[in-house]
Amino acid sequence: MRPFIRMLTPVLLLLMAVTLSGCGEQFIVLDPKGPIGESQKDLIYLSTILCAVIIVPVLILTAIIVWRYRDKKGSTAKYRPNWEHSTKLEIIWWGIPIVIIIALATVTVKYTHALEPSKPIASEKEAITIQVTSLDWKWLFKYPDENIATVNYVKIPEDVPVRFQLTSDTAMNSFWIPQLGGQLYSMSGMAMTLFLQADEQGSYFGSGANFNGKDFAQMTFTVDATTEQDYNAWVQEVKNSAPALTMEGFEKLTEPGTSDKQLFSSFPEGLFDKIVTQYVEEGSSGGHHHGAAESESDTGSATDAKNEAESDNADANQEHMNHEGH
Amino acid sequence: MLDKIKEFASEFFVTGDPLILGAQVSIALSVVAIVFVLTFFKKWRWLWTEWLTSVDHKKIGIMYIIASILMLFRGGVDALLMRLQLAAPQLEFLEAEHYNQIFTTHGVIMILFMAMPLMFGLFNIVVPLMIGARDVAFPFLNSLSFWMFFFGAMLFNVSFIIGGSPDAGWLAYPPLSELSGSPGLGQDFYIWGIQISGIGSLATGINFIVTILKMRAPGMTLMKMPMFVWSVLSSCITIIFAFPILTVTLFLLFIDRYLGAHFFTLDGGGNPMMYINLIWMWGHPEVYIVILPAFGIFSEIVSAFSKKKLFGYKSMVFALMSISFFSFFTWAHHFFTMGSGANVNAFFALTTMLIAIPTGVKVFNWLFTMYRGRLSFPTPMMWTVAFIPCFVIGGMTGVLLSVAPADFQFHNSYFLIAHFHQVLIGGVVFGYFAGLYYWWPKMFGFKLHEGLGKWAFWFWNIGFYVCFMPQYALGLMGMTRRVNTYDFDMGWQPLNVVSTVGGFLMGIAFLFQIWQIAHSIKFFKKVDNGDNWDGRTLEWSIPSPAPLYNFARIPQVQSQDDWWETKQRRAAGEPEPAPAPLEPIHMPKNSGIPFIMSVCWFVLGFGLVWDWLWMAIPGFLGVVACLLARSFTYDTDYYIPVDEVERTEAALRGSK
Repeated sequence: MRPFIRMLTPVLLLLMAVTLSGCGEQFIVLDPKGPIGESQKDLIYLSTILCAVIIVPVLILTAIIVWRYRDKKGSTAKYRPNWEHSTKLEIIWWGIPIVIIIALATVTVKYTHALEPSKPIASEKEAITIQVTSLDWKWLFKYPDENIATVNYVKIPEDVPVRFQLTSDTAMNSFWIPQLGGQLYSMSGMAMTLFLQADEQGSYFGSGANFNGKDFAQMTFTVDATTEQDYNAWVQEVKNSAPALTMEGFEKLTEPGTSDKQLFSSFPEGLFDKIVTQYVEEGSSGGHHHGAAESESDTGSATDAKNEAESDNADANQEHMNHEGH
Repeated sequence: MLDKIKEFASEFFVTGDPLILGAQVSIALSVVAIVFVLTFFKKWRWLWTEWLTSVDHKKIGIMYIIASILMLFRGGVDALLMRLQLAAPQLEFLEAEHYNQIFTTHGVIMILFMAMPLMFGLFNIVVPLMIGARDVAFPFLNSLSFWMFFFGAMLFNVSFIIGGSPDAGWLAYPPLSELSGSPGLGQDFYIWGIQISGIGSLATGINFIVTILKMRAPGMTLMKMPMFVWSVLSSCITIIFAFPILTVTLFLLFIDRYLGAHFFTLDGGGNPMMYINLIWMWGHPEVYIVILPAFGIFSEIVSAFSKKKLFGYKSMVFALMSISFFSFFTWAHHFFTMGSGANVNAFFALTTMLIAIPTGVKVFNWLFTMYRGRLSFPTPMMWTVAFIPCFVIGGMTGVLLSVAPADFQFHNSYFLIAHFHQVLIGGVVFGYFAGLYYWWPKMFGFKLHEGLGKWAFWFWNIGFYVCFMPQYALGLMGMTRRVNTYDFDMGWQPLNVVSTVGGFLMGIAFLFQIWQIAHSIKFFKKVDNGDNWDGRTLEWSIPSPAPLYNFARIPQVQSQDDWWETKQRRAAGEPEPAPAPLEPIHMPKNSGIPFIMSVCWFVLGFGLVWDWLWMAIPGFLGVVACLLARSFTYDTDYYIPVDEVERTEAALRGSK
């Protein structure tokens, strides 16, 4: 694999030059600022090259054949109207795609496991948790460790893994910060985990990628990555100066409508859990849990006891659903 | 009283938007004009006996194609409105709600009411002629399929002026499409429009499988069938497995909305994920349903205009069938980002990549059909040659999307939009256009003007790349699908403007095509024989347009490309066996029941949309009455006498 990649470095550079020329930094997917986005970018380039290995020759071949065998007076090209089969050729063009696909498949399987969104990012620093809720048509972010909340705005420290827990209070959406990494859906009645990290300070564009109704296009937000000191200072400032998010305030947020950036010095206890389990009927312990959601148990190093309790609850839900044959 | 009527009208009709008001007025005027023309020229009876009640596969095919061109116009206008809205940041040309309705209807119309009927139209016209049959296996059912499709499409389309359009996206994910997310009537129009036409599609699938398996001319074994027939077979097999899933899924959604069930709701133990899985179990095979026949068309055209046998016939058949099979195992790649877990994602990534292999093989086989051929480039061949690079690139971006972890960055972005438009326009639309140009003389007996066709071709192709290549880049810039507006500081404007220009180039291309058709009708020049392309398959052995009974004598097939081989033998002066004596030809009788029954379905659907049981129940009873009436009709067929066949043949072939 390695010499192969090295051989294609010029192609890679050329591709990068083409795609990044001019307004380079606007191609935010190809200009990642975190380890997850970085790996995804590598994978995009690698798979592009693997495909190009077969596509480019095919395009050239098409042009040559169409030109060479066009009907014109005095054409010297061969004409064999009944030539319709060649085992050798068939083996070649079944074989080449199979080889390419096997290579691509191997890479894909490896990366699929490596980049499973709920997998914690290896780091000496402890991950911070941000609970994300998509509402009609705004994002609510809660920092359970700091007990602050924001709307349509995220601040994170650089070089620290961030564990986003995603849910929705309404139709599903998809939480996407292209420069940090790929998206994951936020869906009602379940909490899914997405680990991201910013390696550099900066201000990053985030959006709700999945259509969820009228003003879906307004569901953009900014992610500011700063030094840890600045982050801590910001948390203190929010705690000291911003208003508290009350239950009534939350109800108001859930009403359909757009919102500017908002900051809150605190939020009602267990609000996220309440949003996730709101569809569980009284007296039953069932809730929808889904795939990547189990990560709560993976991240047993959760920072406070409340989280541990939540994750126990989640596991119980999961068992319940399995029991139902879900 | 007047107030009540006013109040009702304001609920019944969509009001308040000048664009829609304009459309309402123009629709009303067109209806008046059509009624006037039909009355003035005393054409009502002609319309009824020659078209509405016809069970002739050729006429049904033509009606499918006319309907699909109308729908292409509607879907195209939707597309251009969207492109206008996106041409500048913060534009207030379309409001968010209106924009959402437009992208929803654009998607539904283009896939279900444009691509599908265009495909069925070509099935209808070509398949019986290619296999040497006189009609499809079930002509009555065929007519019913068409009218079910037509009235389903109309039910969906009226939502735009009556009651309100759906706005939850073309696949209507719950909970957005549930009552909680879409309390209006649009979603009900969506359900019943698709439901009614879906039954028609399913019946067509069954009809063509039986036709292909049971009605081939003697001597045409499966492995001697033209490749287009193989592609129709694979597509129809996919239809009969996929469409029932759609019907059930939409029915469950209907029960949720109408009776307050909780299959897909958030509360009451429902689960929206269930819907998403189900709808894509239909939705993914659906895209293969429409692309497979396009592959068949390209195979026919490439071989005909290379003057050479199709390369790798067996390989092509195997590829078609394996694509059809694997199309049922890839659905979850539409939601890699919904937390399925690594193993599930890896599985669906691999099955998706697997499909690339047979598809790639087909491309090689087309290329090597041209290799050592004698290529000529009339419009059908131009579309075919333009298809290859376009589809190869679109296929490649599809493989990129199938790499699950990378899809986390592509999903829901304009990269995805560019990809599926490239395979659906570059593959399906180019393919059906190629087929339309190729078989047009067979359908109508005259050729389309080549010069105007070339203008249309170049506008379509250049427009396509100008429109969609920037969208790949926009996706990498983080632009997500379905946004109705964006901020100035995103830097998305320049490429959006380019894309809009491309969209309008394709709009101009469409106008060229309409002009081309009008021009060719005005300067009608009959093709001088039934074989104007020097074709290879049986449909070219009979006059253009084909007589009612297609083949005066059912051909005896000896080889692939049977008509080509016959011509070769004739040229070599080999003696031909004397033609068998003519026999009376057994034909199905026309019937008004399919039309009436579909009107009843429309009434039923309309009643259920509005929750007007006084309307729905009579509609339902009408459907039942039609079923009964048909069941007790014994006089369904007749014979064309020999002397009439002789006269027709002499007239058609005498003009040679």
